[in-house]
Amino acid sequence: MLLYVFRRLLTAIPTLFVIVTLAFFLIRVAPGGPFNQERGLSPVIQANLEAQFGLNDPLWRQYLNYLNNLLHGSFGPSYNMPDFTVGELFAKGLPISIQIGTSALILALLLGSTLGVIAALNQNRKTDYGVIALATAGSTIPTFVIAPIIQLVFGLSWKLLPIGGWGDGALINKVGPVLTLALPQIAIVARLMRGSMIESLRSHHIRTARALGLSEWSVVVKHAVRGAILPIVSYAGPTAAALLTGSIIVETIFAIPGVGRYFVEAALNRDYTLVMGTVVMIAVFTILFNLIVDVLYAFVDPRVRYD
Amino acid sequence: MTDVAIAAPVAGRSFWGDAWARLKSNKAAMISLFYLALMAIVCVVGPYFVPHTYTTIYADYVRTAPSFSAYPKADMIESALRDAVKRMRVDVDEWHQDGDRVFVTVEASKPVDERSARYLDRSDTFHDTRIENKSDDGRKLTMSAAVKQQYFLFGTDNTGRDLLSRTLMAGRVSLAIGLLAGIVAVAIGVIYGATAGFIGGKTDEVMMRIVDVLYSLPFIFFVIMLVVFFGRNFVLMFLAVGAVLWLDMARIVRGQALSIRRQEYVQAAEALGVTRGGILVRHIVPNLLGVVVIYMTLLVPQVIILESFLSFLGLGVQEPMTSWGVLISTGAKNIGTANWLLLFPAFFLVSTLFALNFVGDGLRDALDPKDR
Repeated sequence: MLLYVFRRLLTAIPTLFVIVTLAFFLIRVAPGGPFNQERGLSPVIQANLEAQFGLNDPLWRQYLNYLNNLLHGSFGPSYNMPDFTVGELFAKGLPISIQIGTSALILALLLGSTLGVIAALNQNRKTDYGVIALATAGSTIPTFVIAPIIQLVFGLSWKLLPIGGWGDGALINKVGPVLTLALPQIAIVARLMRGSMIESLRSHHIRTARALGLSEWSVVVKHAVRGAILPIVSYAGPTAAALLTGSIIVETIFAIPGVGRYFVEAALNRDYTLVMGTVVMIAVFTILFNLIVDVLYAFVDPRVRYD
Repeated sequence: MTDVAIAAPVAGRSFWGDAWARLKSNKAAMISLFYLALMAIVCVVGPYFVPHTYTTIYADYVRTAPSFSAYPKADMIESALRDAVKRMRVDVDEWHQDGDRVFVTVEASKPVDERSARYLDRSDTFHDTRIENKSDDGRKLTMSAAVKQQYFLFGTDNTGRDLLSRTLMAGRVSLAIGLLAGIVAVAIGVIYGATAGFIGGKTDEVMMRIVDVLYSLPFIFFVIMLVVFFGRNFVLMFLAVGAVLWLDMARIVRGQALSIRRQEYVQAAEALGVTRGGILVRHIVPNLLGVVVIYMTLLVPQVIILESFLSFLGLGVQEPMTSWGVLISTGAKNIGTANWLLLFPAFFLVSTLFALNFVGDGLRDALDPKDR
């Protein structure tokens, strides 16, 4: 198993390399640069700034420099937020994004799979239809509609939650963002779980378990759910990566100082280092969580072996 | 006598006839289809029947709440009147309302210029201004003006534009982008996927690796790069959005093409000497069509969401043109003071997405050959 993890980590290096290279050159061919936005710096100042950050070097040298810095663990300075390095921005924002993302993920997995199991056990009855309706609604309504509606209902009308802001991580400030992030995921997880649970309940080992006279609880929780959980595990990988690296919609609407906002902002401002940093961060999270999922497989499904 | 009814020859239903019959028996899908047709007609035709255009700014009616009764409300007349009179640089001496006309007497230290009466006409609230009476020294002027009746069923936005006409115009844009970008994505995806699936071998390998690489880039990054390259242009948005969403289509079509090519009936056709083009037209394309249609109906809501998302970020459709995403974004910023700005566009968008989903699900059930 350890050998497998090690091998997977090795193969992640060329993948990361390709992504970094592609992103580096893509953002560079885009017209404009970090210092010729509409503010209109005088040409001399602009040239000096570009010289300071090495932006007039030939592109290949800049690329090699960037790779070199990256290998030494440095993402470089942010061009548009001159007081910060990209690393510092991440150090401040990432914990916040991760907190909200993890809470949303856990909520989605627990609530979603519970709803899915309940729906599967009551297939084609009212409860089932209720869950399906909820799942359809959850996966149809876009986040940028859910978020302001939550603000409107819980924040303005009922005054239960603050409308936005981080409030130094107060629990009450997290409810809205977590709920917004989790709702669509709850819907998808419930749908996945319902489908695979229905299949699992029909399988032979469940019939055998029932024939042996096991209690319904034991049949469902110990045997059926375990057989049905694989699709959820594989779905959870990329979802976790996406949730933990922050959502621009949620962070913008609820005014959360996470890292989700940086990507779009940085790409529009041609803040090259911040864009690259975000791409690398997302890629690392994605690779990491896909690896975790594959390792988890072996624990959930004894048929999977990595020896 | 025997009365044997002569049985009519059983007419076999075609694939599409069968699919249509099954779709027709699906109530949710049919209601949704009807709803979508209605939404399209209302958005396309509606703006011609709304008395306000989507760009007209009514300075007197900024952030007016939606109402079935006509504006101005009783208390709004006085403030509109005082605003207009203030622009004449004179003072209100007395005013009263008589039927649908208001009468106002103004006073100033110098003789009042009669031409200043036009300030009343310029206001959104009054029209048909007349000079009723003028005092001998010219310092007092009595004017009368008719009150303009206006309806704002959905209210107005921050700059005093009618939300109903804006929502309908936005619907045009969102639906058109959904449809056009959907077609672009499907066209690229089908051509790319079918080529890869047919030629197979090394070409297939290379083409699919390219798709894999594009997949591995963060999706938003890709979209933003396209927006950066193409600029915030309305038509190019279609292409950009379409160009991002073809990846799934290409994979699905390639898989289908590969599997259909290996089917026995294709081998039989080959054995019978049917040409490559014949097989393509007679077997491959009709079998791909079902998948493509299903995917297209599921793609259109995705495109609409993506377009709204981009517009929400300010990258999509630009003012004064509008789309549901633009309206929802303004609404989200004004929930405290004018929640109708969020609620109406959100309702239009979400109900359309629901309807599209139900139609897509219905089509999937109707076109699935295994489920009969």
